[in-house]
Amino acid sequence: MYGNDFPGEDAPGGLLGEVEAAEAALRAAAERDRSAAGPGEDLAAYFAEVVDADQKIEPRDWMPEAYRRTLIRQIAQHAHSEIIGMQPEGNWISRAPSLKRKAILLAKVQDEAGHGLYLYAAAETLGISRDELVELLLEGRQKYSSIFNYPTLTWADVGAIGWLVDGAAIVNQVPLCRCSYGPYARAMIRVCKEESFHQRQGFEILHTLAHGTPAQKAMAQDSVDRWWYPSLAMFGPPDGDSTHSAQSMAWKIKRFSNDELRQRFVDMCVGQAEVLGLTIPDPDLRWNDERQSYDYTQPDYDELMRVIKGNGPCNRQRMAHRRRAHTEGAWVREAAAAYAAKQRNKEKVAA
Amino acid sequence: MSERSERTDQLGAGNPSPLWEVFVRARRGLAHTHVGSLHAPDAELALRNARDLYTRRQEGVSIWVVPASGITASSPDEKDAFFDPAADKVYRHPTFYDVPEGVAHL
Repeated sequence: MYGNDFPGEDAPGGLLGEVEAAEAALRAAAERDRSAAGPGEDLAAYFAEVVDADQKIEPRDWMPEAYRRTLIRQIAQHAHSEIIGMQPEGNWISRAPSLKRKAILLAKVQDEAGHGLYLYAAAETLGISRDELVELLLEGRQKYSSIFNYPTLTWADVGAIGWLVDGAAIVNQVPLCRCSYGPYARAMIRVCKEESFHQRQGFEILHTLAHGTPAQKAMAQDSVDRWWYPSLAMFGPPDGDSTHSAQSMAWKIKRFSNDELRQRFVDMCVGQAEVLGLTIPDPDLRWNDERQSYDYTQPDYDELMRVIKGNGPCNRQRMAHRRRAHTEGAWVREAAAAYAAKQRNKEKVAA
Repeated sequence: MSERSERTDQLGAGNPSPLWEVFVRARRGLAHTHVGSLHAPDAELALRNARDLYTRRQEGVSIWVVPASGITASSPDEKDAFFDPAADKVYRHPTFYDVPEGVAHL
């Protein structure tokens, strides 16, 4: 549906190639569904069959209550992350170094808002309203990605967020294009295509800085030094400590473990860092011939837990900002609702 | 006044904006396709938001927004009973006829 909007300049093995493949698989699964028998008496068995056959569960299908709850939690947190994630980058909109950079950054932050909306819409198909989800976020009962609790101290941080943070997000999200829940899978296909722009944009910012003056290069290196480990931590706790993983994998919500995805991300970044001419801040990073992967130092998971629990560098600031926007925007929402009601009345009178 | 400030202090207060389903036609000659949904207080804002959200990169040339409450959907539970008649009425398919050899353009 959207395939023709984005030139397929990526190699078939690339991340965009994987998104295209997931889209094709989604269509193929839908075709197969035509001959499949409908649900019989045993709804749970039918659910398991559909998931086993790599077909999609749709909003009005029966699903285990725990599957529904897990998806609401995961999709909502994903949506909240997109919305809160606008803050660290929005911080640099008014200070972007050129008009071109500023326009691109604006478009990117707009995309993030859109991603948040697609995801809230996907969550709503599970029988919860967006207003309830927003309330859960504002009350601190639902979380957002730990990464957005780190500050953007320099312009280069906008580049590092694009390259590393959006890069990690794509590695995490591309497999979600094959998630067993149809609305989430479809949202992820849209999101991943746009997210790959962002990653390239970030890479280009860092590349320009790294090939600029010594001061610019130092600024780029400093931002990579600060964002590398928080980005690795985005994949979540190590497999042994991940509470939701096993069930999510069985339901085909998740397709790969946290550690598998983290490894994939490290392997992807090393070559890109070389092209950038920047160093990944890990003295123990080296190629392991036996595993055909890089060995690397794990991020500090105690720090990750502290940040998730609300005690990272910017947690309070991010939430205060989001709450203020909500409270101070209340009268605007009321005005829009009152205007809509007035228009409806006018129509009724005219009719 | 006091009632108003009380309400705005509450999180998530007020009536939620209704949900709209969005259909986009990619190009002339194609059908409108469902692309997603969004919340907006009225049809005009739903249309504007849909433009920003779903057609920022030339994904379409025409948008329909429909209040989600205006849509009645079939239920997957009645899938068999509801859609089955198509399968046993072979005369609805053009495969029912024997065409003699050598007939062209039929």
